[in-house]
Amino acid sequence: MKAGRPLSWFLLALACVAAATWLLPYAWMVASSFKTLPEIVAHPTAPFPERLDTGAYREVFRAIPVVRYMLVTIVMASAIAVAQIALALPAGYALAKLHFAGTRFAFGVVLACLLVPAQATFVSVFLLFAELRLVDTMTALVLPFAASALGTFLVRQALLGVPDEIIEAARMDGAGEWTIIYRILGPMIKPTLVSLLLVSFVFHYNDYFWPLVMTTGDRVRTLPLGVALLREQGTGVRWHIVMAGNVVLSAPVLALFAVAQRHLVRAAGGGQS
Amino acid sequence: MTPRAPWHPWAMLAPTLALLVVFFVVPIGVAACESFFSWDLLTPHRFVGLANYRALGAHGEIVAVALRTLAYSSLVVAGTVALGLALALLLDRPGRLFAFVRASVFSAYVVSWVAVALLWMWLLDGNSGVLGALLRRLGANPVSPLGDPRWALPTLALVAVWKLTGYAMIIFLAGLQGVPRALLEAAALDGASPVARFRYVTMPLLAPTTAFVATTSLVTSFQAFDVVRIMTQGGPARATELFVYEIYEQIFLNLSVGRASALTVVFFLLLFALAGLELRVWRTRTGGPAARPKPDGQDRVRGLQ
Repeated sequence: MKAGRPLSWFLLALACVAAATWLLPYAWMVASSFKTLPEIVAHPTAPFPERLDTGAYREVFRAIPVVRYMLVTIVMASAIAVAQIALALPAGYALAKLHFAGTRFAFGVVLACLLVPAQATFVSVFLLFAELRLVDTMTALVLPFAASALGTFLVRQALLGVPDEIIEAARMDGAGEWTIIYRILGPMIKPTLVSLLLVSFVFHYNDYFWPLVMTTGDRVRTLPLGVALLREQGTGVRWHIVMAGNVVLSAPVLALFAVAQRHLVRAAGGGQS
Repeated sequence: MTPRAPWHPWAMLAPTLALLVVFFVVPIGVAACESFFSWDLLTPHRFVGLANYRALGAHGEIVAVALRTLAYSSLVVAGTVALGLALALLLDRPGRLFAFVRASVFSAYVVSWVAVALLWMWLLDGNSGVLGALLRRLGANPVSPLGDPRWALPTLALVAVWKLTGYAMIIFLAGLQGVPRALLEAAALDGASPVARFRYVTMPLLAPTTAFVATTSLVTSFQAFDVVRIMTQGGPARATELFVYEIYEQIFLNLSVGRASALTVVFFLLLFALAGLELRVWRTRTGGPAARPKPDGQDRVRGLQ
């Protein structure tokens, strides 16, 4: 079924149009982040800056504490991703492998929570944290996501595929449940765990909504909030600074994507985060 | 397997269940209670019965917000399904070039909504942005689609389609692996044109995948917030006032906990209805939940490489 020559050229051209639609906006973003203010006003569409001017980046670092925001963001996203895996392993093990009265109830709670997005809980959770004086703390950013319904579900599904004999053999050898869960089963479902870790990290690194509603000041502000503030602070025409902030914000995830595409794509196929 | 001690399973589940109940189950109950009170975070609670709901229902306010959100979601669903399917069909070919294009399209899904929203704000800025410059060069009057009440909502949907199409494409690519090559070749031998092969072989086999993509993006885009908060703040003339943004405004700008809670309850019920629809579609169109793309077995997905 070989396509005729004109057809394959046509398909190739279409593929290039698709690539341009998704890559040109990035290219413009990067190009304009190296422009100067007069230049971006006069020639916003010029594909290349006259010369590489780093003024916009220096302005970004002056306007917001980039390094601190970045650190807060990375600490938050890592803490959430690690906690989700640490908690999902034992919970998934109990749901997939242990017979006990209440499996259906416990699994039901997990499935029900899959239906509840943070957008439906934030009003009540904000009131709770305000009561406890925890607004504007790392706790408010991390704790609500330390357990993940989706993560628990996916770990359970993965553990269903592990034969019982392995656990029986480990028990016979005198391994404790703790060892079985983290030392034996964890490594066996490594692909699932790696996907989960990466997707969770990327999702919470990028997240704008939760840090926005759970912070009132600068104490634990995350980078997406800081970059969004760049525009709110400035007047309409200083787009080169906003684009420089955008580059700083997206470069780490794009680099991670380049290294770990396979895992992120696999996880996207498995369910959204 | 039998637990070694009867309390073992509960100990293993305790942290997860406790956190899920405190942060996902209880908040819905709290919202339901708060929705019967009037409270501004400062003065004491005052019981008002159904007044919050009545206020939201007055002038068809809440209906307008729900319909607007649904309109936005429908545009996003239509766009991502059509483009995602088209790109999957186009790019399901071997070779480095096609792999590169697949990765480019998917990359937007990985980047923060903040970066995407700010980038498109600038591209679509009719005065100092790229669109403005292009229009001026063509001699047309500069217009800002985000500043026009008629165009603001479709424009937000367009940005969301740009961001989410990569996800739809990946799911469709996985679905295409389930279309037997032999079937397509047999159809070709019988003289079926490429269009007929797509219409009568590929499409029916992709129906479950399409249903999955459509319902998932419907539920996801019904929760949209970031694009609104960053690009339009609900304006112009409330044209982009979507559900979650409305809740956000009620609590953080109007300090009206009761109204925000009542809105949350309605929002949750609507989401619940949409999720019910989602499950029904998966069951009836796929003959069982098994047809949903499974977390394992994803190795059949043609990777981006």
